[in-house]
Amino acid sequence: MRSPLQTPILFSLGPIPITEPVVVTWGIIAAMALGSALAVRRLSVRPGGGQALLEIVIDTIRSQLSEAMGVDARRFFPLLATLFAFLVAANLCGLIPGIAPPTAFIQTPAALAIIVFFAVHYYGIRSVGLAAYLKSFARPTILMLPLNVLGQITRTFSLMIRLFGNIMSGEFVIGIILAFAGLLVPIPLLALEVVVGIVQAYIFTVLAAVFIAAGVGAVETG
Amino acid sequence: MTIAEISIIAAAFAVAVGSLMPAFAEGRAIAAAMDAIARQPEASGQISRTLFVGLAMIETMAIYCLVVALLVLFANPFAH
Repeated sequence: MRSPLQTPILFSLGPIPITEPVVVTWGIIAAMALGSALAVRRLSVRPGGGQALLEIVIDTIRSQLSEAMGVDARRFFPLLATLFAFLVAANLCGLIPGIAPPTAFIQTPAALAIIVFFAVHYYGIRSVGLAAYLKSFARPTILMLPLNVLGQITRTFSLMIRLFGNIMSGEFVIGIILAFAGLLVPIPLLALEVVVGIVQAYIFTVLAAVFIAAGVGAVETG
Repeated sequence: MTIAEISIIAAAFAVAVGSLMPAFAEGRAIAAAMDAIARQPEASGQISRTLFVGLAMIETMAIYCLVVALLVLFANPFAH
């Protein structure tokens, strides 16, 4: 059995090995860019069916983000909604036979968690200024400084492990049951994986939103 | 016992204990959320959203144990 912590290498581009999740991610990016371009090609004030559906989706994401963050989420909407859309596509592309979801390899969740980590500090410094932002780490007393710094690192780490562990374990369990029980037995687990993939995309996005909101000083969080 | 046998027992133990406790915790969280929704049905949207985030937090503990078990099985530094 292949170790879930290893990444299969497809081919090498000069000295750089190109792995399977990278190629799948390229495919998702291309498909989503093409799909978005086609979806917004013919927008009108009186929307048709497709445009109405898109507007409902976008509006729901925005209202959910605004409720979770406690502030108007318009500034953070492009980052967080793109994160959500990419995660849904990445978690669910395992349903296509022969494709493993890129989030089931630890590098993709790590990259996304690092993006969230830097976004928190970027928006925090931009909204309250560098000095006030650094001072916020010493709240309520200076004694909390090491714990606050540690919290920044561990929550990024747990964001990564949570996504990786959930998606990878689903793939892993399906693989084991397929090996033991036969071809059609893991289908209920595949249905569960659809739910888990969407819920994990939601959790990742909401947590990123809450972290950013805490960074800009809108809500208190641990 | 060899390192491999100890690793297998340790991985099984980690997953067993690491899924037992989060199962209890998730049960308590869901029971409390049910209670809250029964008392205040109009707040069910807010409650279930908080519940989902909280359940994912609790479930992460079980996932950590699974990742540790897989590390012990597949990336054990003492096995080679």
